[in-house]
Amino acid sequence: MRRILLKGGRVIDPATRTDDHVDVLLDGGRVAEWGDDLEGGEGTRTIDVTGAIVAPGLVDMHVHLREPGREDEETIESGSVAAAHGGITAVAAMPNTTPAIDTASWVQFVRSKRTPIAVYPIAAITLAREGKTLTEMAELSDAGAVAFSDDGSPVVNPSVMRRALEYSSMVGRPIISHCEDLELSGRGVMNEGLASTTAGLRPIPAAAEEVAVARDIILARTTGAKLHVAHVSTRGSVELVRRAKEDGLAVTCETCPHYFALTDDDVRSYDTSLRVNPPIRSAADVAAIRIGLADGTIDAIASDHAPHSLEEKQVEFDAAPPGMIGMETLLPLTLTYLVQSGTIALERAIELLSTDPASILGIPHGNLEVGSRADVTVFDPDWAWEVEESWFRSKSKNSPFIGRTLTGRVILTISEGEIVFEEDGAATDDDGEAAEKREHLARELSLHS
Amino acid sequence: MSWTNKHLLGLEGVGRDEILTVLDTAAKFREVLDRPVKKVPTLRGVTIVNLFFEASTRTRMSFELAEKRLSADTLNFSASTSSVKKGETLRDTARNIEAMMVDMAVIRHSSPGAPHFLTQHLDVSIINAGDGAHEHPTQALLDLFTMRDHIGDLAGKRVTIVGDIVHSRVAKSDAWGLAALGADVTFCGPTTFMPAEVERLGVTVTSDIHEATHDADVVNILRIQKERQEGGFLPSLREYTRLFGIDQARLAEMRPDVLIMHPGPINRGVELAPDVADGERSVILDQVTNGVAVRMAIIYLLSRVRAQERIEEPEILAEVGL
Repeated sequence: MRRILLKGGRVIDPATRTDDHVDVLLDGGRVAEWGDDLEGGEGTRTIDVTGAIVAPGLVDMHVHLREPGREDEETIESGSVAAAHGGITAVAAMPNTTPAIDTASWVQFVRSKRTPIAVYPIAAITLAREGKTLTEMAELSDAGAVAFSDDGSPVVNPSVMRRALEYSSMVGRPIISHCEDLELSGRGVMNEGLASTTAGLRPIPAAAEEVAVARDIILARTTGAKLHVAHVSTRGSVELVRRAKEDGLAVTCETCPHYFALTDDDVRSYDTSLRVNPPIRSAADVAAIRIGLADGTIDAIASDHAPHSLEEKQVEFDAAPPGMIGMETLLPLTLTYLVQSGTIALERAIELLSTDPASILGIPHGNLEVGSRADVTVFDPDWAWEVEESWFRSKSKNSPFIGRTLTGRVILTISEGEIVFEEDGAATDDDGEAAEKREHLARELSLHS
Repeated sequence: MSWTNKHLLGLEGVGRDEILTVLDTAAKFREVLDRPVKKVPTLRGVTIVNLFFEASTRTRMSFELAEKRLSADTLNFSASTSSVKKGETLRDTARNIEAMMVDMAVIRHSSPGAPHFLTQHLDVSIINAGDGAHEHPTQALLDLFTMRDHIGDLAGKRVTIVGDIVHSRVAKSDAWGLAALGADVTFCGPTTFMPAEVERLGVTVTSDIHEATHDADVVNILRIQKERQEGGFLPSLREYTRLFGIDQARLAEMRPDVLIMHPGPINRGVELAPDVADGERSVILDQVTNGVAVRMAIIYLLSRVRAQERIEEPEILAEVGL
């Protein structure tokens, strides 16, 4: 493990309230030193990151890696490579695989994979995600599960959810709830509103999510347990979580880029990559999500990376499975639709993408303090580029953002001191001209796209 | 004449001039249907496939007849969506049919957007013959044709559509078309049958049948599907009929020259009393006859656009010396 010196970057580390131009030295998989005009010494790779942001590695707390079961769509390894490409150095993998991750040996299976970044298993709340019998949460936790979730399905029975919250509090790990009332969402495939009325697609009302969020918040109050609400997408859900936090409950939540970058009007194209659950919401919901991200109601931005094969998605809209890939566009979408638009500052973006999800999961990521794990994401916040299908490293390509121009691009990802992704020619060894070279490269790439 | 669209996917976004072009063209074909020999050679050599993924009798017959009256070659493909789901995908079915060198496809499908999907995968003209609860543009065009035939210019006319709006592709296509021609549209039905934010389509929404119909020029009554009761939308068909069914008593409260329309098939005694359906204000069978003429017009106009595209191909080949 060699030494890496990142020179000339702007270091933003919310955990230490740092926003400063300072050099960072990584050594032995740890952050070794911060300082002005650091010299690496012999055997050090010195990288000029002038003009770029140096941030703690991103933490994506909600991804579907499809292994075991659908290795044609993604594997733990291919998903990790895609994550590194997106500047992510830790992911939490949802257990809705086939079979579900509901025993210690399956947790160990996920952890046994050699991956360029850290992959943390989330274990199921109930056996086979059937919503009936609780999993052995203590053993699962000992085996390395960082949270519990039946994501993909809600825990329908409120009594089972109550017991799950009670039991998990003994282990101290959060329940991540997929909040959906299946009776209210029915056979719906898009958000209920003017867009569903004109598109003629069966609607899913905001109430299908909000009724379930309200129920789980009430159960969190009853039990005092840690509840994390997954993929919050509506104004009503944001209000419910805000109120729960004001009441001092241990409730946290996440949203996903598609809930602040897209509106249900986009779905009128019938593009199946826009079929996702919960559905892409109205402009009013998007506005509320953005406010929730800015005022601290929403704690994290996660991708809900959900790979699907082309054959499965190249069908009628209501026959397509829900989900879109998202790890690789997580940071650029956040920068384009939240930071560029002035909704939140860069430091808050990094908090949402790294510091806070790491803290919700209790994993040793999300900060650049000396002595901490050397997970670093370096990105150019101003680089405008067009998303192309061939650019993705995920096995699946179901992204609605193909063809869009985004601002901000990862140029270097370091996981535990190892470079796991490097944009060709963008992060150059120190010769004092890195920023100019990168600008030139950005121009070249945009000419070609 | 103004028609440049390659496909007919819906009436949303279709302008007044385009709609009038269709209606004027249909009027000419309507005359053909009254002749002893009801056939023109216009589309000889053009092949049209009717893709019916959802059960339909009258719409399919109307399209078939329109195609035959224009001398096109036709082939029919019928399959229930469920059997397609188990086996071949829509894309594969369509590409196989395209490989048979057809020029145009008429599609009826239970999935909204299925016709759009075909336009992305095929190089043939697509006509939407009804896609889920999205649109049914040829039905709306025949409705407009029938209304105009009886009451003239539709600008400022009051048209009320009664019934199951939320599941109706006809109501929406009618609303787009009527709006383009300047008519005032009212949707009337139980609140459970109103889709979200429907008033933003520019229509008046009410559950008061008297208010909706007493001064209407046209009352278009939608079919109530019996399974809606089981879906929890209605307590009973009986209560629906009591509140919204059109019978002689309700008809008597309407203008004496009101037009009673229905896209068919009728649930007699549910949404419409038999003596009103067969009565003198009813133009329901005119709608059926006009449907053939309107579909002939659409097929003709789309084939003209396609022919113009094709004429350019030999010219391009000539330019490159082939």
